[in-house]
Amino acid sequence: MRFLPLILRNLGRKKMRTLLTAGSFAAALFLFGLLQVIGRSLDQGVEVAGADRLAVRNRVSIIMPLPYSYGAQIGKLPNIRDYTWAVWFGGVYQDERNFFPQFAVDAQSYHRVYPELRIADDQWQAFVADRQGCVVGRDLAERFGFQVGDRIPIRGTIFEGTWEFNLRAIYDGERPEDPTSDMWIRYDYLEETREILKGTVGWYVVRVDDPARSDEVARTIDERFANSSFETRTETEQAFLTGFANQIGNVRLLILSVGAVVFFTLILVSGNTMAIAVRERMAELAVMKSLGFSNLLLLVLVATEAVILALVGGSAGLLAAKTLTRFGDPTGGLLPFFYLAPAEMAFGLLLALAVGAVSGLIPATAAVRTTIVAGLRGI
Amino acid sequence: MVRVNGGADGGLIRVRGLSKVYRRGEEEIHVLRSLDLDVEAGEFVAFMGPSGSGKTTLLNLIGGLDMPSAGSIRVGGEEIAELRGAALSRWRARHVGFVFQSFNLIPVLDAFDNVELPLLLTRLSRAQRYAHVSAALRLVGLADRIRHYPRQLSGGQEQRVAIARALVSDPQLLLADEPTGDLDRQTSGEIMELVRRLAKEFGKTVLMVTHDPLAAALADTVIHLDKGVLVEVPQGAAPR
Repeated sequence: MRFLPLILRNLGRKKMRTLLTAGSFAAALFLFGLLQVIGRSLDQGVEVAGADRLAVRNRVSIIMPLPYSYGAQIGKLPNIRDYTWAVWFGGVYQDERNFFPQFAVDAQSYHRVYPELRIADDQWQAFVADRQGCVVGRDLAERFGFQVGDRIPIRGTIFEGTWEFNLRAIYDGERPEDPTSDMWIRYDYLEETREILKGTVGWYVVRVDDPARSDEVARTIDERFANSSFETRTETEQAFLTGFANQIGNVRLLILSVGAVVFFTLILVSGNTMAIAVRERMAELAVMKSLGFSNLLLLVLVATEAVILALVGGSAGLLAAKTLTRFGDPTGGLLPFFYLAPAEMAFGLLLALAVGAVSGLIPATAAVRTTIVAGLRGI
Repeated sequence: MVRVNGGADGGLIRVRGLSKVYRRGEEEIHVLRSLDLDVEAGEFVAFMGPSGSGKTTLLNLIGGLDMPSAGSIRVGGEEIAELRGAALSRWRARHVGFVFQSFNLIPVLDAFDNVELPLLLTRLSRAQRYAHVSAALRLVGLADRIRHYPRQLSGGQEQRVAIARALVSDPQLLLADEPTGDLDRQTSGEIMELVRRLAKEFGKTVLMVTHDPLAAALADTVIHLDKGVLVEVPQGAAPR
């Protein structure tokens, strides 16, 4: 602590340079925060997928259906605790820009398979009792101001016509990162009304007794329907959701690439700045060594300057990103899950601190290796 | 009593067979050639000689700023030629105060903070550091300038702050390299009077490199260096 005033004085030596360097950290971490939000949003909750859930889909493609009759057969296979099914409805609310996912789900079993999504009992019973009922997540309700009792018109793009649903329930996530931006309608209502794809479902979701035996259960299911007209592919829910997200490209790889470029650039910028700052002070560092400051102490002092810059700038950038997320999805529906998790902020800050330490240590190491006599001669 | 050709033990500084060789490509430059030197505690010694004669190199070696190519340097019984790294840093912090020609104050620190720097390496409390720094600045006559930055001080005042910084941890040895080199005649006189007081009233052992015969005349002993060899000049006969 006794060296803190010295460190702060050195940071204040060239205020504009300090400000710009902290600003570069802020900009990089702001971008990092937004990339994390976008990645998470496009993952559609991949990271919160249940470890004990498997998804069963058509082996040919995720958009091909499976027979409704498979459900009963899957339910009888060993090591399966429960199962449910869903269909991608793919409708439009008012305008195509108002995109949000809609699924037709089984009102009896869907909530059992997804216990982490919390719904008031009376609201769920109202949904079960109303074939035209629907459920929306909290984020979605807040986005459009939906309230229980509202009537929500959806224009079908796969199943033609305008469908009207009664909002009977709103669900919340158990954890902040649980996605709550979907809409559920009743499968039996869809099945009764639609004119195409009758007797089919989009996919099944299976809860296994023991997550450690998931691979075995997946093999059993796929073998059960092998050589049929609708062969299945069973995978973990995480893999299934990743496949769903990857329909628009490998977003995670894209984000990682952009993030890596951002941090590499940041190392160059801050490293160059610190190198200039240290080079200007070679003589002062030599004087401090002559007073008895050890090489290690000087290394720590210089690196701490860079770390403080990273901490202040990085925090500002992450807070700005967090603030932006509080205003909700700015794209009007493309990023329905717009949330920056504390763990991601902490990770970003750690990265910034690491970059700061590296960018300070490299020039500081060169400086302390210079002999006192050579350093003093540089005055 | 200073001896330049060795003799009995007992001085504060005992240098034997000290050589310093710099290499420039294939060429070897012998800056100091097998010097012997003894300095008693409390003496004020001035080193004179032409540029390149090795005065500053000798001062740097005795102060542990540079490493000898050969020979021994014992200060207060401790062989500093064998000290390295953090041990040498600690030794400098405890035993030596440096005063440089161009003051070498840290520009972003005010007079108080500059003088406090060596004390940051000690276990002294904030209050104790304050007392020591205030006393050092009073001693050099700058009690009313403690919150002034180097750019707000005259050259003479800057050198006084540098002297206060060199003294604040109460080292036995004060090494001054051309302390008046950047000052006008009157200010030089004031600084030299201060240095002389430090030797006479406070018992500091002062080794000073200077080109200024008037400054050297205040020393107890003047030693002339020429081509890396020491020659003691009788008192009162400093070369002009």
